[in-house]
Amino acid sequence: MADTTLSQRLRPYRVLLASRARAQMQYRASFVTDILGTVGVGLAEFAEVWVIFHNVDVLGGLDFTAALLVFALSNLSFSLADMFVGHLDQLPRYIRAGQVDAFYVRPLPLLAQLMTSDLSLRRVGRLSVALVALGVALTTADIAWSPATVALIVLTVVSGTAIFSALFTAAGGLQFFLVDGAEFTNAFTYGGSYAAQQSQQVFPDPLRIFWTFVVPTAFVAYIPAVAILGLDDPLAPTWLAWLTPVAGLLAWGIAATCWRLGTRHYQGAGG
Amino acid sequence: MKTFWLLVRAGFRRHSTYRLALLAGMTTNSVFGFIRASILLAALASAGTAIGGYDAPTTIAFVWWGQALLGTVNLWGFAEVKDRVRTGDIAVDFLRPVDPQIAYLAGDLGRAGINLIGRGVPALLLGALLFDMAWPPSAVSWVAGAVSILLAVVVAFSGNFVINLLAFWLVEIRGITLLWMITGGLLCGLYLPVPWFPDWLRTIANWSPFPSMLQNPIDILAGRVVGDDIASAVGVQVFWAVALLALGQVVLRAGRRRLEVQGG
Repeated sequence: MADTTLSQRLRPYRVLLASRARAQMQYRASFVTDILGTVGVGLAEFAEVWVIFHNVDVLGGLDFTAALLVFALSNLSFSLADMFVGHLDQLPRYIRAGQVDAFYVRPLPLLAQLMTSDLSLRRVGRLSVALVALGVALTTADIAWSPATVALIVLTVVSGTAIFSALFTAAGGLQFFLVDGAEFTNAFTYGGSYAAQQSQQVFPDPLRIFWTFVVPTAFVAYIPAVAILGLDDPLAPTWLAWLTPVAGLLAWGIAATCWRLGTRHYQGAGG
Repeated sequence: MKTFWLLVRAGFRRHSTYRLALLAGMTTNSVFGFIRASILLAALASAGTAIGGYDAPTTIAFVWWGQALLGTVNLWGFAEVKDRVRTGDIAVDFLRPVDPQIAYLAGDLGRAGINLIGRGVPALLLGALLFDMAWPPSAVSWVAGAVSILLAVVVAFSGNFVINLLAFWLVEIRGITLLWMITGGLLCGLYLPVPWFPDWLRTIANWSPFPSMLQNPIDILAGRVVGDDIASAVGVQVFWAVALLALGQVVLRAGRRRLEVQGG
């Protein structure tokens, strides 16, 4: 009985998402172009890592394979989050055009509607670059495989996606205050993604603390990668890698607060 | 010429209205600056020597000039002209007494000016305050650097203008815009200095207009390029500015012949 109610309750979202997906595939050529575009973005991000390792053998305590694993994990989580909630970026445009009011009069929660307002299938391009990188990194690296390793990888991708989604949601909540200053939040959404791709050892201590405890993107890739590869970093012990879900939960706590403050602050477009 | 200046000032004023947006842009540029500076310094520490002519202070200068010029030079392009071609509004631009390319260039120079002052300089000063940054080594470098920034704005504008005009022939230019942004972002020297590239990639970059949009002014301002080399760096930029502006004129004329506007 409870199952039926849950599936009934989720039905509108399923219908919405399916329609968004179908809509994107109507224009084949433009859909393919978009996917190729996000593949290109993924490759350009990879090129940055690759060019650095063309000049040096070790960066921030990681060799190329380890850096590739960090790159893959963070890109995988980021593109998943971007696919599901990245379009919260559009919120300032909706606010300015008064379209948020239209969402408010519909009988579904605002955040759930915005999240299902789009499903950016084109991001599978970047996602596939990340998956290939992950495959290469996991097969070439020297890993002591165990069920725990597999569990840790799965847990990392889920928590990482949760962390990035939380950042996008927090950014969305702040947009109600910022409007013209929408770019402020790019500092920790896209900036956070950029920081997550790096060995955290490159950062001076204040920045390292910031990316671990304030915007917890160190948990997305670096801390788990150190545990998976059995590397030695006193500031990223193995047990910390298992705390990524905690970081995800805390990030979502903050995101929920930001979102609630933002929606409370919103007064409507008037007229 | 007087009209040109008026249009530059109009562009400057138009973009200076959004002060919060300038502050937001500066903040984001600075955060990326911190991250990139950390990475590149770590790479230098790992290599133990300068890479591609960049030591620590010049690398810091590379990072922060890059972040400062990111908002100034229109690397990511614009969609205004493309949209006007698609809606047919470009016909109105053709009726005006000023050439559309010159008019849009003037507006873009104004936009570049306010972004350099409101967004670039504060980010640069922040970087200089917190890191050991190399300043331009001589008065010649300062002056040439300023000229080089101006040329970079012109090259980036005129390249994007040509891309926008392709909308005369193609229904949707999003694919081409994306390709331009991705190759441009990589080859212009925003993420990493072009001299760090492997040989084959550096050759491709050097034959493209992209380093003229960012790497050349940064090289001069960071002091990696000095003496006679400054002249050749600026010379390459002049070549691309002239070539792309001329190409823009050709494409604009061809598009004008093709344009059909309906309705009365």
